Amino acid sequence: MSRALILHLGLLAVLLAGNVLLPAYHHGNMARIMVLAVYAMGYNIAFGYTGLLSLGHAMFFAAGMYGMGLAIRLADAGALPAMLTGLAAGAGLSLVVGLLALRTAGVSFMIVTLMFSQACYLAILYFGEWTRGDEGFVIQAVDRTLFGIDLSDPGNRYIAAWLLFSAVLLLTLRLVRRPAGRVFVAIRENEERARLLGYDTFRAKLSALVISGTISAAGGAAYGLLFGYAGASFAGVQYSIFPLLWVLLGGAGTVVGPLLGTLFMFYLIDLSSGFTEAYMLIAGLVLIGLTLFAPQGIAGELRRRLWKGLP
Amino acid sequence: MSAPILSTRGLSRAFHGLQAVSNVDFDLPPNEVRALIGPNGAGKTTFVSMLIGRIPPTGGRIAFDGADVTDLPAHARVARGMAYTFQITSVFSRLSVHENVALAARRRLGGDAAAVDGAVTQALARVGLGDRADDAAEDLSYGHQRLLEIAMGLAQKPRLMILDEPTQGLAESEIAAFKVLIRELAAETTILLIEHNMAVVMELADRITVLNFGEVLAEGTPAEIHANADVQAAYLGTGGADA
Amino acid sequence: MDFGPYLMLAMLEGAVMAAVLALTASGLSLVFGVMRVVNVAHGEFYMLGAVVAWFVAQHVGGGPAIGFVAALILAPLLVGGLAALADMTILKRIDYDPERTIVATIGLLYVIQQVALMTYGPNAQPVEPPFNQRIALPWLEWGDGGLAIYFPWGLSTTSYKLFVIIAAVAVILAVWLLMSRSKAGLIMRATQLDGEMATAFGIPVERVYAAVFGIGAGLAALAGVLIVPIQQAHYLMGGDALLLSFIVVIIGGLGSLPGTIVAAVLIGMSDGIISVFFSPTLAKIIATLLVALVLVFRPQGLFGARAR
Repeated sequence: MSRALILHLGLLAVLLAGNVLLPAYHHGNMARIMVLAVYAMGYNIAFGYTGLLSLGHAMFFAAGMYGMGLAIRLADAGALPAMLTGLAAGAGLSLVVGLLALRTAGVSFMIVTLMFSQACYLAILYFGEWTRGDEGFVIQAVDRTLFGIDLSDPGNRYIAAWLLFSAVLLLTLRLVRRPAGRVFVAIRENEERARLLGYDTFRAKLSALVISGTISAAGGAAYGLLFGYAGASFAGVQYSIFPLLWVLLGGAGTVVGPLLGTLFMFYLIDLSSGFTEAYMLIAGLVLIGLTLFAPQGIAGELRRRLWKGLP
Repeated sequence: MSAPILSTRGLSRAFHGLQAVSNVDFDLPPNEVRALIGPNGAGKTTFVSMLIGRIPPTGGRIAFDGADVTDLPAHARVARGMAYTFQITSVFSRLSVHENVALAARRRLGGDAAAVDGAVTQALARVGLGDRADDAAEDLSYGHQRLLEIAMGLAQKPRLMILDEPTQGLAESEIAAFKVLIRELAAETTILLIEHNMAVVMELADRITVLNFGEVLAEGTPAEIHANADVQAAYLGTGGADA
Repeated sequence: MDFGPYLMLAMLEGAVMAAVLALTASGLSLVFGVMRVVNVAHGEFYMLGAVVAWFVAQHVGGGPAIGFVAALILAPLLVGGLAALADMTILKRIDYDPERTIVATIGLLYVIQQVALMTYGPNAQPVEPPFNQRIALPWLEWGDGGLAIYFPWGLSTTSYKLFVIIAAVAVILAVWLLMSRSKAGLIMRATQLDGEMATAFGIPVERVYAAVFGIGAGLAALAGVLIVPIQQAHYLMGGDALLLSFIVVIIGGLGSLPGTIVAAVLIGMSDGIISVFFSPTLAKIIATLLVALVLVFRPQGLFGARAR
């Protein structure tokens, strides 16, 4: 077993131990953080590893959340088919968006993804009859059972979040050490060179975006299912900025970075919202500080200073 | 003469109405070392950029290994056995030297990690960078980065290697090593060399093609080209001293 | 009201919208044109203009006209100065890297917006217009006695709205003159063409960038001051302004001032007209999708010439 695998399995063990060790308040937070970190890990595949700076990932998160939520609300589907509907929605949307947006690059790509995401957000508001718009809708506890396990119970919810998080973490770890993942990195570093080594970079970027969008959708679907609510605010610009912030803070292009960034930012906002309603001020200051002083993020700094081989 | 591995017919490219390459018919037999020379702005880089697929031609056809590749994207041509090294060094500067070459080998060898490692070690040894495998590419000197580019070309095991000004910026000793390397390679593959350094050209090339104003001015053995009056007038200049 | 007068009313509202939008978007376009960076905090400078106008109106005595004129001068100066400061302390230090600039200006967006929330508060506040006469507008109709002029009920505008249109046109003309006729404009255009070359010719590129960023923000702030007597100031008003400016700048061709103006008129007018007849949400969905598709299929903008 490689050093990297041991390290990441150790991290998963610590998180699992949190289920019995953490006090109730932090136990609930940690479940939420793990699900949001899944979203961040999805974003990291596109941004951190492939260099695709999207400003519209909220549409994939929301596709998962609403794909899952609407399947329950409108089609009375069970939790498992609903989850799968969410994943399919994310995969389908990211494929369509990728086919269009990947014809552009750099700043245009950022704006195109922002615009598509905004259109999705507005569409959720427009079809308020089904989505209940801004207000959103609650997913009843009775619908939140998977294989007979009640996901509204905090302990079960924590384990479910942990399982999803672990699956995505190990998947990412495997992906980035496989040839396909190495090509993503090559595209991030020098796309023209990768193309002239014989790699179909458009296809590689499209697969990166679809993997990224599908994982983000898994995060969105799980968030809705575990915490029992779907709302339009999860599709807003803010939720496209959040994963960028988490990934930048934790370390873009590292496997543990998204979790570190999500954890850090979650508690920063949690603490600051205790004394001001303008908690997004903190997010703004952190973003500026990061671009100025630590573009590599926490795990990026660890990699630079301690261990070059950190995946 | 065996069937050419690469040939162009009527290949042309215009930029804003300006003819950079016009109507070039070009044949390259397998296992030849061909040099492409010409004054600055003669259209050499435009020509090879069309060969590899970085820019589309405005007219004409390109055939590689008997198949028309004119409409294929660059990556598909590389997959068929072409390799290209950039005039301006283009490596994955933040990745390790090993990973740079591994990326080149992996497209051919896929997920077989042992085979990739073997190919990488072999390619790096051939260019003399065997001891730098773990360094980041950006930490190499300029000359070493050029050698890394060539190693990336080697690892692809191409049937046609296009080298765009490979000796530019190399020291004399590095050029000597480069010449040895190309002579070895000539036994395994076909090489198309764009080169300014006439000493290198005269010594390495089996045949030389001279481009001037986007057209083929002359083609022949180094001795023939050296004796060609048109070439001397157009390219070697009045005195021909730097030839 | 009949369809004809109704349409004219929509077009008048659209013209006011277009004027304000043209001002805001030309600031964004100027910054992109010269510096090749996208300023995501641009909408917040617009919001700051409106909020500063409210503060000035509160604290300057002597009637709404004096307060308004004071705001018209102070707000662009203050906001422009703030933007220039942000340029020198943040953007300069990340070397105007296009992607990092977007991330940094997203940060700036939240900082400005949230500071406004903390100081100005969450409520929308009105500013009294300096003058506001109602102007009834005539309409032509074929009647029994041939063509007749009459004043349909409800078809009117205000002197202030006309002033906004005229002021915007004047300011944009001034910007155009500055860019095309003055030495400062020449310097900016030289910097735009080739920053390194400009440096070699002794142009203080860093100061030019700070000035351009400041002027861009100042234009947005001016638009904010002009709109606040019509729309009220609110700390979240920058979002829509940013989105619409983006749309305008992209449709008009990134960095092209004339294209931006044409697109502003087009979008402003159509937004006014569409939202009179359709659901505004649907209009926005169509507009955002249109912009995305323009960028994908016609990156030079709808009015730009193809680069190659």
